[in-house]
Amino acid sequence: MRGELMSTLRRHLRDFGPALLLIAGLLGLWEVVSRAVEMPDWLLPAPSDIGASFGEAAPLLGPHVAATVTAAAAGYALALVSAIVLAAAIDRWGLARRAIYPLLVTSQTIPTFALAPLLAIWFGFGLLPKVLVVALVCFFPIVVATVGGLRAADKEMLDLVRGMGASDRQLFVKVRLPAAVPSVISGMKIAATYSVIGAVIAEWTGASQGLGLYLLRASNSFQTDQVFAVIAVIALLSIALFGCVELVGRTVAPWTAAKEETAR
Amino acid sequence: MSALSGNAAATPAVALRGVHATYTERGLRVEALHDVNLTVARGEFVSVIGPSGCGKSTMLNLIAGIDRPSAGEIAVDGRSAIGHTGLVAHMPQRDLLLPWRTTLQNAVLGPELRGEPDREARALAQLDRFGLEGFADAYPHMLSGGMRQRAAMLRTILLDRDTLLLDEPFGALDALTRGEMQEWLLGIWTELARTVLFVTHDVEEAIFLSDRVYVMSRRGTMKLEVAIDLPRPREREMTTSPSFVEAKRTLLRSLLAETQR
Ligand SMILES: Nc1ncnc2c1ncn2[C@@H]1O[C@H](COP(=O)(O)OP(=O)(O)OP(=O)(O)O)[C@@H](O)[C@H]1O
Ligand SMILES: [Mg+2]
Repeated sequence: MRGELMSTLRRHLRDFGPALLLIAGLLGLWEVVSRAVEMPDWLLPAPSDIGASFGEAAPLLGPHVAATVTAAAAGYALALVSAIVLAAAIDRWGLARRAIYPLLVTSQTIPTFALAPLLAIWFGFGLLPKVLVVALVCFFPIVVATVGGLRAADKEMLDLVRGMGASDRQLFVKVRLPAAVPSVISGMKIAATYSVIGAVIAEWTGASQGLGLYLLRASNSFQTDQVFAVIAVIALLSIALFGCVELVGRTVAPWTAAKEETAR
Repeated sequence: MSALSGNAAATPAVALRGVHATYTERGLRVEALHDVNLTVARGEFVSVIGPSGCGKSTMLNLIAGIDRPSAGEIAVDGRSAIGHTGLVAHMPQRDLLLPWRTTLQNAVLGPELRGEPDREARALAQLDRFGLEGFADAYPHMLSGGMRQRAAMLRTILLDRDTLLLDEPFGALDALTRGEMQEWLLGIWTELARTVLFVTHDVEEAIFLSDRVYVMSRRGTMKLEVAIDLPRPREREMTTSPSFVEAKRTLLRSLLAETQR
């Protein structure tokens, strides 16, 4: 038991140690340089100053974090469900693929910054337009990954199961869908990192609460240390969401986690 | 068509007449089978040996209905099997276990598709016979090569078909386990009165198991058919008997001519 714990620790150290070390090194360098050059705070505050202002702002940040996380999570969930349904339709009907795919790709060329104000005009400054922006941003990577995953099933495996007498529906449920799970999870991971940014951008264009609004106020008043503190919070939230998806992936598809383990 | 029909007792379990098969890969036509004739009688154990790439797996795919021949007739139990899946139990060369299913879940796939009750209990009862006890809930990547093949074999047996097409089922096993598995397969074959069409590279294995052995040539034709004159049940000692040695000599000579071509 003890040995197992140690080996888990050692593995985590090996996996995350280098990144943590690099981040610590960069922060240290930043600290030293900004002290040496005596940069004014509104231009580039030192990491220690950002930490201090984060401490001050932390009690105020709570409701903003909650608003952003709500929009990100709701939009993400909406994107996930509709993306999988659409991907299944695209996969099932060639007509749907030919009709929808070009539209889908074109939709990705529309900048979120242009879309967010429009949605605010149509749906006001409440939660809904934020959820929609997040959903629109997260939708694409999940659709593309799911459509690809549904096509990735081993042909011989499909032949075998069809040969056992499986109907098309059984083939979809028992072979193609599970075979697609690893790609769906990859798409979900990418979408997870987009979701928080999507919510922040939506809040930037008009909100009564949220990290985007907080960011806007801080930068308008040249509170650069606060801007950096919020950026750090956004990064941490994105990483946390990514980690959640990773965890869900391991639970839903234990066979893929093991494959990665042996692939190293 | 008349060649394929007849009274029930004489109807072969599997019959191929003048079967051709071609693959077209990037405009290149490869003829995998050329005028293949083969019959397997009900309850018979027939093996096919031949050099790698001569078309053995292709032939099994045709009989299983997964692929279609470019010409010729294929019948299972007297009825055309071209494009008809589900008439035989096919165990492909690759084990093709579904990676997201445990050993038990893989094994019960056939009965599950047909919605049969008690399938898990039936499969569980067979696990130790297949050397898989304690691995019911293991995923395929946790199994050894031999265990994977035995799991695939269990899945094939649980399809409950009269005819089994087995494509090098013991390829990944060591000599000792292989011998055990051969005896075990003969046990199943006798007990369940199944018909077996067996593909292998191993001449001794083919002789030990079979009533008849076909040799395929590199060009995808059947070049030789040898009846094995050994009593049943088969015993290991028979591998030194004169008729075994004679059959082995004939088959090896025929195979050797292929590799030297
Ligand atoms: N899907 C395919 N597409 C194109 N060519 C194929 C395909 N499958 C098999 N072939 C070709 O058909 C020929 C026969 O292949 P097959 O797999 O039946 O050989 P085999 O006798 O089973 O060989 P082995 O003993 O190595 O398993 C080979 O030349 C192979 O390259
Ligand atoms: Mg083969």
